[in-house]
Amino acid sequence: MTVTTLVSYDDAVAQFDPVLGLEVHVELNTVSKMFCGCSTEFGAEPNTQVCPVCLGLPGALPVANESAVEAAIRIGLALNCSIAEWCRFARKNYFYPDMPKNFQTSQYDEPIAFDGWTEVELDGETYRIEIERAHMEEDTGKSLHVGGATGRIHGAERSLLDYNRAGVPLIEIVTKPIEGTGAKAPEVARAYVTHLRELMAALGVSDVRMEQGSLRCDANVSLRPDAQSEYGLRTETKNVNSLRSVERALRYEICRQATVLADGGRVTQETRHWHEDTGVTTPGRSKEEAEDYRYFPEPDLVPIAPSREWVDELRATLPEPPAVRRARLQEAWGFSDLEMRDAAGAGALPLIEATVEAGAAPQAARKWWSGELARRAHADGVELAELSITPAEVAQIQAMIDAGRLNDKLARQVIDGVLADEGSPDEVVTARGLEVVSDDAALGAAVDQAIADNPDVADKIRSGKVAAAGALIGVVMKQMRGQADAARVRELILERLGQ
Amino acid sequence: MPPEISRADVARLASLARIELTDEELDHLAPQLAVILESVAKVSEVADADVPPTSHAVPLSNVYRADELRPGLTPEEALAGAPEVEDQRFAVPRILGEEA
Amino acid sequence: MNELITRSAAELAELLAAGEVSSVEVTQAHLDRIAAVDGAVHAFLQVDAEGALRTAADVDARRAAGETLAPLAGIPIAVKDVLATKGIPTTCGSKILEGWVPPYDATVVKRLKEAGLPILGKTNMDEFAMGSSTEHSAYGPTRNPWDLDRIPGGSGGGSAAAVAGYLAPLAIGTDTGGSIRQPSAVTGTIGVKPTYGGVSRYGLIALASSLDQAGPVTRTILDAALLHETIAGHDPCDSTSIDAPVPPVLEAVRNADLSGLRVGVVTELRGEGYQPGIEARFDDALKLLTSAGAEIVEVSCPHFVYGLATYYLILPSEASSNLAKFDAMRYGLRVLPDGISEPTAEQVMAATREAGFGPEVKRRIILGTYALSSGYWDAYYGSAQKVRTLIRRDFDAAYEKVDVLVSPTAPTTAFPIGAKVDDPLAMYLNDIATIPASLAGMPGLSLPSGLADEDGLPAGIQVLAPAMADDRLYRVAAALESMLLEQWGGPLLSQAPELEVAR
Repeated sequence: MTVTTLVSYDDAVAQFDPVLGLEVHVELNTVSKMFCGCSTEFGAEPNTQVCPVCLGLPGALPVANESAVEAAIRIGLALNCSIAEWCRFARKNYFYPDMPKNFQTSQYDEPIAFDGWTEVELDGETYRIEIERAHMEEDTGKSLHVGGATGRIHGAERSLLDYNRAGVPLIEIVTKPIEGTGAKAPEVARAYVTHLRELMAALGVSDVRMEQGSLRCDANVSLRPDAQSEYGLRTETKNVNSLRSVERALRYEICRQATVLADGGRVTQETRHWHEDTGVTTPGRSKEEAEDYRYFPEPDLVPIAPSREWVDELRATLPEPPAVRRARLQEAWGFSDLEMRDAAGAGALPLIEATVEAGAAPQAARKWWSGELARRAHADGVELAELSITPAEVAQIQAMIDAGRLNDKLARQVIDGVLADEGSPDEVVTARGLEVVSDDAALGAAVDQAIADNPDVADKIRSGKVAAAGALIGVVMKQMRGQADAARVRELILERLGQ
Repeated sequence: MPPEISRADVARLASLARIELTDEELDHLAPQLAVILESVAKVSEVADADVPPTSHAVPLSNVYRADELRPGLTPEEALAGAPEVEDQRFAVPRILGEEA
Repeated sequence: MNELITRSAAELAELLAAGEVSSVEVTQAHLDRIAAVDGAVHAFLQVDAEGALRTAADVDARRAAGETLAPLAGIPIAVKDVLATKGIPTTCGSKILEGWVPPYDATVVKRLKEAGLPILGKTNMDEFAMGSSTEHSAYGPTRNPWDLDRIPGGSGGGSAAAVAGYLAPLAIGTDTGGSIRQPSAVTGTIGVKPTYGGVSRYGLIALASSLDQAGPVTRTILDAALLHETIAGHDPCDSTSIDAPVPPVLEAVRNADLSGLRVGVVTELRGEGYQPGIEARFDDALKLLTSAGAEIVEVSCPHFVYGLATYYLILPSEASSNLAKFDAMRYGLRVLPDGISEPTAEQVMAATREAGFGPEVKRRIILGTYALSSGYWDAYYGSAQKVRTLIRRDFDAAYEKVDVLVSPTAPTTAFPIGAKVDDPLAMYLNDIATIPASLAGMPGLSLPSGLADEDGLPAGIQVLAPAMADDRLYRVAAALESMLLEQWGGPLLSQAPELEVAR
């Protein structure tokens, strides 16, 4: 494959108008699976959470999980959807070893929720995203590809199947085409997925951990010359496993498609695969003909007809909409608009909330999460929530600063230690000996030493030039390897020198 | 209009249904299926647009189970019939998959 | 022949209750019979002598200890090999499941066990219940005890032959378009398809999910009612099972009064294509019904003529999806393709399904795949679902005028093995009278109406009732049965030739 130089992103969005489509799968946090009583717990030994139903054994039959249906309705309501008065499950028929029945029980032309919308904020602008549908389906098992070089499917000798995940409830949320985002398309997509994640977390229906697969995104994009033209041919990109990937993958796809089009070519309508390591998408296996899923209503399940009373009951359980919540928090915390936007954009709001609940002041919590920790997350290429430090720990560190046991610089070192899994903040402080020295005798000794070593500076201070103390403070701090309370050092210096 | 179903059609359907039909079978099936299809095609004559379809013989709806755990199979039971097992998982030949 | 094996289940229950015979004796008598004649009949694919005797001994002990037992406790039963039995191989008559041992019991099987019925074994069937003659079993056909060169009907020929040949007093069959009723008709036994949803389908390996039902195969109506009440009832593991009391079938047998009953004869379910001897016995039965106080009314169900076409679209469509799970990955047969050194999973699937499925199954899978595929969906599957509604409406209209409907169960008596196996359409016609009730989800019962004059082989009469009115079937059948028994001077089966016992 020859390496083509891609059109730059700026050129791409100057020449073309991107139209997006996002399909997000939310794995529900119900106790049991969609159609049987097996556990949905993550991380169990393989094939220990299976039964005849989710294994697709001959003769087994599904029974719908009431909580999953409830969650589907609440998700639909939170997205301002209409809830179907009557709908059915359908079989999506295709063969794949991770799907025990070789059909997926899903919903086809009768989704439980449809025609909704939601609003996403980005850089001070509000984008209204139309929701086509939200429907219920079951997850597949997991395959481990072995024998090949990369552990991926390509070149593998065989695959090992674990069906623990088969049958876990999924809600698929599909947007209508998203227009009018222009150059911000990738960011809007990322903001939308972030927003969905917040919504699901607020509803309490999912762990929404992209790194664990409880929130998955397929990103569709097409380009057209301008907003008045017909939609172009689109590609669907899979394996988009983080918020960052959503943005990066779309950016890449837009550049790639623009390059093809600018060259006079046609975009191939296909499924593509995102590679986080190389930052490109590659085409999926080309199939001789499109897969025909032969959908028909699932005869083993009966229609779902949620009463309007039930829907109203569930509507009353919805948490406050994110915009309302954000306004409330902003007021409570006293953040500026910019501070609030940055915090939200970094995905830090739930973390700040938890940190405040653990006792820290809001501004302090914000400073850490939107600032230092956001920087670290970005540098490591992970989500804020994925960092190995909890809101409680952040609150503990802040408390130590407030108590004078740490200063900012030392606090950063403690964070290093916690992130490196060296232990709790207290353990790291002890192990690394990071505590601020507040023992006056020790400080005094260092101060005396500094004065003795810098007689000119000392004279200046004696003569009234108090500002010169700064230089001596620096010496002491260096001597103390930063583990001193600078303010106290200053006091001691001035005391010694008669100020 | 009698539906036409060619040998190629049957081959395509066999591929969709993951059955490796022999040449002999492909030869026989197309005419057999055409005859059957001809006789069943008459359903479209009488199926008016305003007749609602029946997908369930009995008019039940809203049948649920509570979101509770129920005992399932042990891994040994689950894997007992497996043609091949490795690391407590079902071992299957290499999957062509969706990546090129 | 041990005379115990000719008794009905109700008679055996009396003997057991009176302590005149033990369950072990009864069970052993049937196991002996199986050993003696099943080489020729081939009703069974699997015999579980050990398990059956163990259950029998357990029931005997509990009875001796004074425990209250279910009505049929201790009476052995055969189960069609389409129902999952934990620890006992379950093949559905197919090579693709050869040797598969389910890790769980079907709900019907669980209920039999809870009621204390020793399970003799699993009976032969057309592969995956697709057929009307049991010739499509991958393990060889079952033979009709009336004439071993003839078919016992299908798909449940094994269960019917077992009961007809005294290898078991009771059997469980399954009926999708007639697979209990038609074998009963051609073997001189009684077979019932309950209202759809009346008996749990959990563990019933699916053919057509919206049509399948398990039901009793017996030699008397009373036995059928007893067995019906043992297995029927709501099952939370089956979303399509009906959450309502089982219709009072036993009561109906005991109060079989036909005065004032309106009986409808379906115009479209007789005449051309029906063997004259079968129609003659049918007409005789109508006269008996009249003599018992019933009123015979002719009713027309015009859409029944589309029944076969509708059925042979819906069934293959659902079956093509239900049978997709047999792919060599998790259980069952695995066949590697010839001449490919490192086959892919897809290739192994295709080679296995080619080797493991018989011609009728492959035919219907391809047909079903076609009927569901885009571009054809509306014309085929979609249309069939609509015609199903029209057929149900015909029934509803008929039941405004009558209480039950009757027809000959099958158009012909037992035909010779091999006569129709190469002509799929001719084979499909065997179900022409049984299919409409299946499509509408309504219950049906077949009982022997006599022997056809031209060949001396059993003919059956079918009784149909509205959904959830299974008791009406039993009421009519019980009355008719007692009149016929009087006419024959004893059970029809006693006129069957004695089976040769293997040496």
